[in-house]
Amino acid sequence: MKFQPVIGLEVHVQLLTNTKIFCGCSTKFGASPNSQTCPVCLGMPGALPVLNRKVVEYAILAGLATNCAIAPRSVFARKNYFYPDLPKGYQISQFELPICIGGHLDIEGEWGTKRIGITRIHMEEDAGKLVHSDIPGMGSGSGVDLNRACTPLLEVVSEPDIRSADEAVAYLKKLHQIVVYLGICDGNMEEGSFRCDANVSVMPVGADKFGTRAEIKNVNSFKFVKQAIEYEIERQIELIEDGGKVVQETRLFNPDSGATRSMRGKEEAHDYRYFPDPDLVPLVISTDWVEEVQGSLPELPEAKFKRYQEELGLPAYDAEVLTADRQLAEYFEACVTAGSPAKAAANWVMGEITRKLNEEGKAIAACPVTPQLLTALLALIEKGTISGKIAKTVFDEMWATGKEPAAIVEEKGLVQVSDTGEIEKIIDEIMAANMGQVEEFRGGKEKVFGFFVGQVMRASKGKANPAVVNEMLLKKLKG
Amino acid sequence: MDLFELTIHELHEKLKKREVSSVEATKATLARIEAVEPKVNAFITVTTDEALKAAEEADKRIASGNIDILTGIPVALKDIFLTKGIRTTCASKILDNFVPPYDATSWLKLKERGAVLLGKLNQDEFAMGSSCESSAFGPTKNPWNPDCIPGGSSGGSAAAIAAQEAVATLGTDTGGSIRQPASHCGCVGLKPTYGRVSRYGVIAYASSLDQVGPMTRDVTDCAIMLGAVAGYDPLDSTSVNMPVPDYTKALIPDVKGLKIGLPKEYYIEGLDPDVKKALDLAIETYRGLGAEFVDISLPHTDYAVATYYLIATAEASSNLARYDGVRFGHRTSEPGNLIETYSRSRDEGFGAEVKRRIMLGTYALSSGYYDAYYIKAQKVRTLIMNDFLKAFETVDAILTPVAPTPAFRIGEKSSDPLQMYLSDIFTIPVNMAGTCGISVPAGMSASGLPIGLQLIGKPFGEETIIRAAYAFEQATEWHKRKAAL
Repeated sequence: MKFQPVIGLEVHVQLLTNTKIFCGCSTKFGASPNSQTCPVCLGMPGALPVLNRKVVEYAILAGLATNCAIAPRSVFARKNYFYPDLPKGYQISQFELPICIGGHLDIEGEWGTKRIGITRIHMEEDAGKLVHSDIPGMGSGSGVDLNRACTPLLEVVSEPDIRSADEAVAYLKKLHQIVVYLGICDGNMEEGSFRCDANVSVMPVGADKFGTRAEIKNVNSFKFVKQAIEYEIERQIELIEDGGKVVQETRLFNPDSGATRSMRGKEEAHDYRYFPDPDLVPLVISTDWVEEVQGSLPELPEAKFKRYQEELGLPAYDAEVLTADRQLAEYFEACVTAGSPAKAAANWVMGEITRKLNEEGKAIAACPVTPQLLTALLALIEKGTISGKIAKTVFDEMWATGKEPAAIVEEKGLVQVSDTGEIEKIIDEIMAANMGQVEEFRGGKEKVFGFFVGQVMRASKGKANPAVVNEMLLKKLKG
Repeated sequence: MDLFELTIHELHEKLKKREVSSVEATKATLARIEAVEPKVNAFITVTTDEALKAAEEADKRIASGNIDILTGIPVALKDIFLTKGIRTTCASKILDNFVPPYDATSWLKLKERGAVLLGKLNQDEFAMGSSCESSAFGPTKNPWNPDCIPGGSSGGSAAAIAAQEAVATLGTDTGGSIRQPASHCGCVGLKPTYGRVSRYGVIAYASSLDQVGPMTRDVTDCAIMLGAVAGYDPLDSTSVNMPVPDYTKALIPDVKGLKIGLPKEYYIEGLDPDVKKALDLAIETYRGLGAEFVDISLPHTDYAVATYYLIATAEASSNLARYDGVRFGHRTSEPGNLIETYSRSRDEGFGAEVKRRIMLGTYALSSGYYDAYYIKAQKVRTLIMNDFLKAFETVDAILTPVAPTPAFRIGEKSSDPLQMYLSDIFTIPVNMAGTCGISVPAGMSASGLPIGLQLIGKPFGEETIIRAAYAFEQATEWHKRKAAL
């Protein structure tokens, strides 16, 4: 029997706000334990939550970017359970009435273009963190660090529209790119800023009813998502083929073994006793507010990709590389705006700039050559003031010093020589010194031509205009 | 008259004229506390040193000419208000050792105006009760008769006024917890409209119902205290951003033409004859003052108590989850594993009534019961609210009893929770509707216990009920009676 996997993903997106979702504490990562806390995020008696407006804006942005409807009225609910990292004994989340509903993302791959539905996006607070073993000043034991408690999260829940591990990864990458593009998440999967739970089930091909699903937790990289889902699909198929039955349960992925193992079954599942949080009034979002946020929505990668090809005439490959990262795309666009020809700018951004950034481990934001300077350099090439080859030398100098390209060209005497008289003189000298090779050329060995070009360029210290050199040399050699 | 017997406005006049100092008034009140506490047990914590220090500060402030109506006035707070650096127990063993790191907004407002804190007052544990008997610190006695309960849950706040152990106090009212003890102890207690006073720093029992309010010797003091604590608080999302009127401007002894509703559902068979007599007399008094009475109906009154015990307990079951022995409060000395730490700490820390309500609320929210209990209760709550809104289309205020009987005897109802719950039958609907109500002294029972009347106002209609209460007070002598201790 052939089986069809059915997958749905729940993604937690940690938002890049300066302060927490229900209090004014900082959200900065890595501070000393419990140094970023207050009565609200500590769950002290009498403390009350107040919603961070920025979190709502970010949720609206995420909703608009994933084609969701923004609910004019949404409600925060309490999810009740006991755990030492949960100071109030409940997590404030949204349940029956989330802020965003009914969106989708289109994913591309060997399957062509496929639409994956997004059921909902809701806002919630994160829990704290338990620290086991040695705690400074406490000896061995378990400690609670509540710095992360009350950090804002979005939970993005997909429809069970995904049919393979590759589709799941494509969906995740797309969502990841969007939230990073929007500037609402740093996308750091290792630190848990973007994390995913996968609901996986299998059913016989052609069946109309989904199989029993298992929820896989703790998959914190694209690679692990693929591994975990593939493992789980195989496990379930084998189980069924051996006459067993898949049980509804929560499973934990182990990145070391690549396997999933049972964490808790349905019978141990929590009854979270959700109910509307009476400390927070229903969140009412006006159409004006949505429109305002819509106005701040940046052009998304999909739209950029299309525009780079259609309006700027870039090949699909260039468009894809440039739009993969929002900052890179913005740099490129700034070059075009400053007057760079699109294709030339694309070549330089994907070529020299990316090479240097990688060499020095820098982000595009830290690029010492501004789009204006790069455009000035490209203009020098265009005008024939310098050759493309010299330009690379000039670029390295610009990178190191941040100087204007024209100044560098002047300072170092790098202006391209197009003066036929001067070039002719060099050619004559080279030919005179290499009569043997001249004879070889004239005897039909045309490969020697390259030797002469090299000699002339070297004699001119690379400044001779290659086009002029080629033309004159050919004329002279042919006699 | 002794210094501890004065009202806010009387003491303020003396402080302003420098006839007495705040230190003198504070010392007199502290001495009074020491003298009568063995009989009353209104306080959980008396903050003698802090009080004297604050009184000295107040006197300096007064000497510099910067006197506010509350400067130098000795007050006390129900032990549900967080007081920075001062133990706050909520009358529970689970918070026996809890010293808060911050002040409740309402207390902070009084403090900033120079009020002097005498201490923290007894109450039912986590404000769950109508008799002050569920306190982990022993019951408070009614100053009018020590065999009787003072009412609850703000029993200490009412008893301290009646026993002259504080000039004014703050209480909280979730289902009648200000008005019912005020009625039983013969003082004035006002439950403001939900959202009128910040709940920040007030230990939550049922968040959608809890509201802070004043308990005072007379209506004038009530208006002063309400004005001091009311107002929008950015730290409480449910507080309402509306200007606070000067409530003392509503102290006009004139109810001519005021339309007062008498809901037939509140004048029932089984109402204690003394209570009925007091109400009848009060109606006559109001008639004499020119008020008009209108018979009205609040048809869903019968469901209020049942609805309350689903909504309040559901919220409580969640609100009280934070008392887990992890970060503050009582932790069992035999923790065992995590689950045992939770269950033992909570078992040892919470009293029987609190456990009963947590169980009830957990059940009401559980999967499979949620729709039948919690959701249905919310729908009934809307109906109760609509009853009031409809009634207020034709009347300005509603006059009812506060409680079906005067204060009952200690222990009389403690074995019968349902009987206890029914003692809030006339106050609970006001919380369900989110509107305001005041209890004013209106009579004495044959056995010498005070009886209050309740005036219910429109949402944010505190001025109307203050005016009506003031007019009644000025026309009667009930508020002048003092408990003989």
